[in-house]
Amino acid sequence: MTMAFWILAVLLVASAMFVITAKKPVHSVVGLLAHFFFLAITYFMLSAEFLAVIQLIVYSGAILMLFVFVIALLSSGVAPFSVGPDRLPKIAAPATLIVAVLLAFVAYSISREPAVFTPALHGIAAGPVGTAGVFGSVADFGHALFTVNLLPFEITAFILMVAVIGVILLAGDHAPYVPTRRRARIVERDMREAIVRAGEE
Amino acid sequence: MHPDLLPVALTNYVGLASVIFFIGVAGVVLRRNPLIMLMSIELMWNAANLLFLAFARAWLNNAGHIFAFLVITVAAAEAAIGLAIVVVVFRSRANVDVDEIALMKG
Repeated sequence: MTMAFWILAVLLVASAMFVITAKKPVHSVVGLLAHFFFLAITYFMLSAEFLAVIQLIVYSGAILMLFVFVIALLSSGVAPFSVGPDRLPKIAAPATLIVAVLLAFVAYSISREPAVFTPALHGIAAGPVGTAGVFGSVADFGHALFTVNLLPFEITAFILMVAVIGVILLAGDHAPYVPTRRRARIVERDMREAIVRAGEE
Repeated sequence: MHPDLLPVALTNYVGLASVIFFIGVAGVVLRRNPLIMLMSIELMWNAANLLFLAFARAWLNNAGHIFAFLVITVAAAEAAIGLAIVVVVFRSRANVDVDEIALMKG
C-alpha cells in the first residue's frame, strides 16, 4: 500500500508538471486527464469510492471535454492559439524561491508533530473498498449527503443553475454585454457623432 | 494493522497535496495562456480535494467527502464560467494573451 502510494505520488506530480509545461493546451488536457485518473485511484485508496467515480465522470468526462471543445472552437479560427512567450524567464527565480520557502514551511510543520489520530469517533468503521456499509461506501456517503447535509446539497443545485445562467448571458447568441469588435466600432462612431453634435450646439 | 488506521501516514498526503497545489500556483503565475491557467486552477482544486479526503479517511468522518463533493461542483461552475469568459474575450479581440487584457486595470 505504501509502495502504491509513492508510485501514485510520483505519477501525480509528473502529470501535474506536464500540465503546466506543455506547449499546446491540448497536451495539457491530456496531462490533466492522466492526473485525474491517478487521483481517482488515490481516492479509491482513501476509501472514497463515490468521489473516485465522480472524479472520473465529472472531471474527466465533463470539465475536460469542455476544455477540449473550447480549444477546438478557438484554434479553428485565425491566429495560432498560444500567443507570445511565457513569463517564465522574468520571474522564474522569485517564483521558485517563494515556492521553495512555502514547501519548506509545509515540510517543517508536518515533521514537527507526529500525527496521532483516534479514528472511528464520528462515523462508521472502515473496511475494504466496495463492500457495503463501510466508511466511504456509496450508502454511507449518500446517507450523509441527504440527511445532515441536505441544505449544502440544495445550494449546489442553485450554484450550478446560476453558473448556467451566467454562461448563457456571457457567451450566448444574444449576449447583451458582449462588445464584439463590430459593435464596439458602432458604439465608438455613435459617441464621436454625439461629441460633434454637442460641439455644434 | 488495525483496519481503521490510515495505511499511509497522513503527513505524506499533506506533502503530496502541497506539492501539487504549488505546481498549480506556478502554472497560474508563469503561463500566459488562459486555458492552461484554468487547468492549473483545476490542479489546485484537486489538491485541496485530496486533502479533504485524506483527512476524512484519517478521522473516519465523511464530512470531508461532502466538502469534496461541493468543491467539485464549484469547480465545475468555475470552469464553465471561466471558459465562457475566454470564448467571449477571444471573440471580441482574436487574442487570448492575458497580459493584453487590461481593460479593467484602471
